[in-house]
Amino acid sequence: MSLIVNGSEVSAPADPRTSLLDYLREELHLTGSKKGCNQGACGACTVLVDGERVLSCLTLAVQVQGRAVTTIEGLADADGLHPLQAAFIEHDGFQCGYCTPGQICSAIGMAAELARGLPSHVSADLSADAMLTREEIQERMSGNLCRCGAHNGIVDAIHATLAAEMPA
Amino acid sequence: MTPFTYHRAVDVDEALRLGTAPGVAFLGGGTNLVDLLRENVAHHAQLVDVSGLPATIEETEGGGLMIGAAVRNTALAEHRAVRTRYPMLARAILAGASAQIRNMATVGGNLLQRTRCTYFYDTEGSRCNKRAPGSGCDAREGFNRIHAVLGASEACVATHPSDMCVALAALDAVVHVSGPGGVRQIAFADFHRLPGATPEQDTTLGHDELIVAVELPPPGLAVNSTYRKVRDRASYAFALVSVAAALEMDGDRIADVRIALGGVAHKPWRATKAENALRGMQAGEQAFLDAAAAEFADAQLLRDNAFKPALAGRALAAVLQALAQGETA
Repeated sequence: MSLIVNGSEVSAPADPRTSLLDYLREELHLTGSKKGCNQGACGACTVLVDGERVLSCLTLAVQVQGRAVTTIEGLADADGLHPLQAAFIEHDGFQCGYCTPGQICSAIGMAAELARGLPSHVSADLSADAMLTREEIQERMSGNLCRCGAHNGIVDAIHATLAAEMPA
Repeated sequence: MTPFTYHRAVDVDEALRLGTAPGVAFLGGGTNLVDLLRENVAHHAQLVDVSGLPATIEETEGGGLMIGAAVRNTALAEHRAVRTRYPMLARAILAGASAQIRNMATVGGNLLQRTRCTYFYDTEGSRCNKRAPGSGCDAREGFNRIHAVLGASEACVATHPSDMCVALAALDAVVHVSGPGGVRQIAFADFHRLPGATPEQDTTLGHDELIVAVELPPPGLAVNSTYRKVRDRASYAFALVSVAAALEMDGDRIADVRIALGGVAHKPWRATKAENALRGMQAGEQAFLDAAAAEFADAQLLRDNAFKPALAGRALAAVLQALAQGETA
């Protein structure tokens, strides 16, 4: 069985203990996804599987056989930046940059959740359309920690990017 | 990590045939089990992946919902009927973990989460009766701020970590399990255990059984329900205490009420004493606080967790006050 990583078909690892994160970094040499805590507490390893954000450190690579994985390396072509990457630069959404790939993959998954109306812990009305507010972005991005404390810039970058794509 | 083989089950029959041998574990989203394997808390020779088994949410003839065990947490919280008829369940799920983890975690796996007691995880340096039966409990005299105040034992003071399960306890959900003898149903209150002398057993599920679905009864008073979680930071942390409650008023009196508490016991704690104290009473903060006090009358406090009865009582009073005034959605 194989899986698709950034559009290319690759073979699943021989040892089923291999996490998706270790597989990406050590076997495919896609080192954009970062190993922060390796126990599901920081979000630095966030990638997209079939468009949904997941933690690659808590995913076994064999679990995503037959599915499509997108990492930070798969977002933009060689000449450009994904709009969120550009916005993170514009709004100082990082200092050291270690959490940034996970932040950006997470924000892409979050945008899809928001667009289809998934409520969050801070949504006052579970039945209403989800709102693009700072409070909603903060809550929905709470699974991605930034030890530099660039969270305000991160929220600004996401808000600016999504506001350009969808009405608030 | 102990070496293991991996197999993806195509249906329940195959899962049961493969997954119930000694040393084999079922794998859902993996958000807890993969961590436990990596930390050498859990050891299995084979994992049988059941995350590809049916993941549907269907209306039952009785007016409830049948939720497939492989339904992801996000999908359940997102489901229109859950949001409108069982808001406490949607809110409990959305209060748990992070969006990434909710996208991975399954309903069946959520029921089988292990405790987050730090001594349970500390394989190198700590005694834990849940991890190594008979070894002792270092939490009882240790750092026990997050530990149980109700229903604990000499052997174990761990708490159950799930938010979703607190709502399921208040909703009187039914767990459908498959085993060699066919399908059986377990009332939610009977699914998780108190620790007693055998804290290594979290549930009454047999080793040869697989959770296939969770059934919600018709919502009834759950349409006016909510979930409140109190934690050390605003998001992405386990509960210190939590409250799932549903309330039906008759004028200014309480016609019926359902309450379950999280973070206080080895299992999601159905607060029957508080419920009984409140039925027929006039709604009001003092009545709510008195009901909470009745629930915690038998609390056994440890060095660091004596704040829990008061915190849970105030959380419960605030939730019921909001429900009585129709302020939640």
